[in-house]
Amino acid sequence: MLHINDLTASIGEKKILDGLDLTINPGEVHAIMGPNGAGKSTLANVLGGRDGYDVSGSVTFNGLDLLSLTPEERAGAGLFLAFQYPAEIPGVGNLYFLRTAVNSVRRFRGLDMIGVTDFLALAEAAMESVEMDRSLKNRSVNDGFSGGEKKRNEILQMTMLEPTLAVLDETDSGLDIDALRIVANGVNALRSPERSMLVITHYQRLLDYIVPDRVHVLAGGRIIRSGGKELAAELEANGYTETVAQAAAAAGAAR
Amino acid sequence: MTRSQLDSRPTRQLPLAGGAVGSLISNEVRELAAREYEHGFSSDIDTDVIPKGLSEDVVRLISSKKNEPDWLLQWRLQAYRQWLTMDVPDWQNAHYEPIDFQDISYYAAPKPKPVLGSMDEVDPELREMFDKLGISLREQERLSNVAIDAIVDSVSVATTFKAKLAEAGVIFCSFSEAVADHPDLVRANLGTVVPVRDNYFAALNSAVFSDGSFCYIPKGVRCPMELSTYFRINSAQTGQFERTLIVAEEGSYVSYLEGCTAPQRDENQLHAAVVELVAQTDASIKYSTVQNWYPGDAEGKGGIFNFVTKRGKCAGDRAKISWTQVETGSAITWKYPSVVLQGDDSVGEFYSVALTAGHQQADTGSKMIHIGKGTTSTIVSKGISAGRGQNTYRGLVKVLRSAENARNFTQCDSLLIGGDCGAHTLPYIEVKNLTAQVEHEASTSRIGEDQLFYCRQRGINEEEATSMIVNGFCREVFKELPMEFAVEAQRLLSVSLEGSVG
Repeated sequence: MLHINDLTASIGEKKILDGLDLTINPGEVHAIMGPNGAGKSTLANVLGGRDGYDVSGSVTFNGLDLLSLTPEERAGAGLFLAFQYPAEIPGVGNLYFLRTAVNSVRRFRGLDMIGVTDFLALAEAAMESVEMDRSLKNRSVNDGFSGGEKKRNEILQMTMLEPTLAVLDETDSGLDIDALRIVANGVNALRSPERSMLVITHYQRLLDYIVPDRVHVLAGGRIIRSGGKELAAELEANGYTETVAQAAAAAGAAR
Repeated sequence: MTRSQLDSRPTRQLPLAGGAVGSLISNEVRELAAREYEHGFSSDIDTDVIPKGLSEDVVRLISSKKNEPDWLLQWRLQAYRQWLTMDVPDWQNAHYEPIDFQDISYYAAPKPKPVLGSMDEVDPELREMFDKLGISLREQERLSNVAIDAIVDSVSVATTFKAKLAEAGVIFCSFSEAVADHPDLVRANLGTVVPVRDNYFAALNSAVFSDGSFCYIPKGVRCPMELSTYFRINSAQTGQFERTLIVAEEGSYVSYLEGCTAPQRDENQLHAAVVELVAQTDASIKYSTVQNWYPGDAEGKGGIFNFVTKRGKCAGDRAKISWTQVETGSAITWKYPSVVLQGDDSVGEFYSVALTAGHQQADTGSKMIHIGKGTTSTIVSKGISAGRGQNTYRGLVKVLRSAENARNFTQCDSLLIGGDCGAHTLPYIEVKNLTAQVEHEASTSRIGEDQLFYCRQRGINEEEATSMIVNGFCREVFKELPMEFAVEAQRLLSVSLEGSVG
């Protein structure tokens, strides 16, 4: 599904990702945890194809050379990025935007455009699943939405765009516990043997709701430790500082 | 309603139509990108052009060519003499080579101009030109509910639906015909809203105007169809000076549309029109413009100078005048559609989208003059700058001492695309009555990288995302346009923005 090999990313002189390796198999949910400034959001941005980074290394996604694709081609190929801070687009209706997006990715996938009636039926069901206020349908994209509404909107889009890999960038930030549960339920409903997820988070609490198959610790631009879901609890108990120091010591001893 | 729903509607051809409407298919967008100004062709029409230059004799010649009554000749001459004493205004935020007013021909008319009994008698060459522009003068008559006055260079060549309108008592004809057939109506209203001495270009227009449209809606009549004038400059090295006069009597209503295009030429051409609207008690006039004059080439060569005076007068109580404009063409645009709110509780509105790309310059806005009690006005201006475009909003809200409880709301938003363009907002507010409430809001934003990346990550390509963001920005204005015009305006913006991103 996703093979990241020796990925580096810099802005100017500053190296943010520094030789990152990661493999995700179909149906797996991986969590990336790490201290602030570890490069978590950069990883999400680089996978999404955002401009502004000097990138090297290789990323293979469903057999495609991901780094050679435009952001829209990546979306068409099945990559979805749930943003930490979703952009607001005044004057553009939320459902109009969603339908444009759905039809855009369908075009990439060689599918016919979806009709209005079918689209509305699917959108209604998806909104139900993320308990989204119906008044948000006709509001402008994320314009004046609360933090929780924005995140639900991301999950709504994710549901409708049917990605094979969803990257969730700090989806828990700014959510109260009820919103967190709703968002997590939305995500869990999308878990399937064909769909993989990369959940990026600073805190363990999201992983109480979205239980990962693998947990990775990102620090200094590379993955310093990987383990099962229990690693998240360990991190929560010991803190990043100690985990990072231990990993550094282990790396030193190995030399 | 979503764009795709609009797309699938069988919209009839509009003055500026001609191409895929907001298609989601990127190949089509690329084709559009490669397409240059699509109305840039010129037609080979036998035209009567008088020699270049302006003098009292030229004014007399124009008047005599049109068989005008003496009062109108005298009015023109007075305007000409006034014009001689005036200076070219220089306060606008625009840069251009001075205009040589002796190097312009002031009258060009397709000839011969027969008296038309029906549209089938329209010169085939002319009809073909309008077909190419997407307006079939014949088809229009059968299929749609828009009456069109087609104006080429200086004269009206055809007006459709006259008979049907006449049944309702509505007069819709060329200005020349109005002078001949309804001289009292013309004389009573001409120059009452825009006096000849109003400004340099209004004075020039008053001296040399050659034709235009005239509408008269009698008392209590709701005009049964949209009225539309389509302006086309065809001849080279001529100026276009038309005059539009709309009079809405007590309790009447009319919606009026105008569209404009011109051939692609290397030299600048001057378009100096005057539009006057008179709304009596409880009358309502809605005036919509989609202006797509040739904007000049990529280096800024050529293009129309669009120096227009548009003003409406709410003469009676509770009268309402609403201007909506979408300005995407012209090398330079100066225009400030205004409303004089004379009647008590009268209402003035101005909704504008002005786009400047390439080397275009626009200095546009509105004036709202509050005289009557309880008068209200709304100004919503959306300026979009791309390429090296310069966009200035200039507006005046004036509340006179008599205007008890007047209210104004002004909102000016500017959107910048790229780093070489500019946006400027110059609001002037003069309030002489303390009960007035005047609000002004302004914002400037750049199409954010965040917004673009967000759209692209959802599979929407960059051109389409830009067009979507810009259309969202303009939504408040587009919703004021008649439906077909709104679709057209969206398409026009998309085409005008091609190549502005990336």
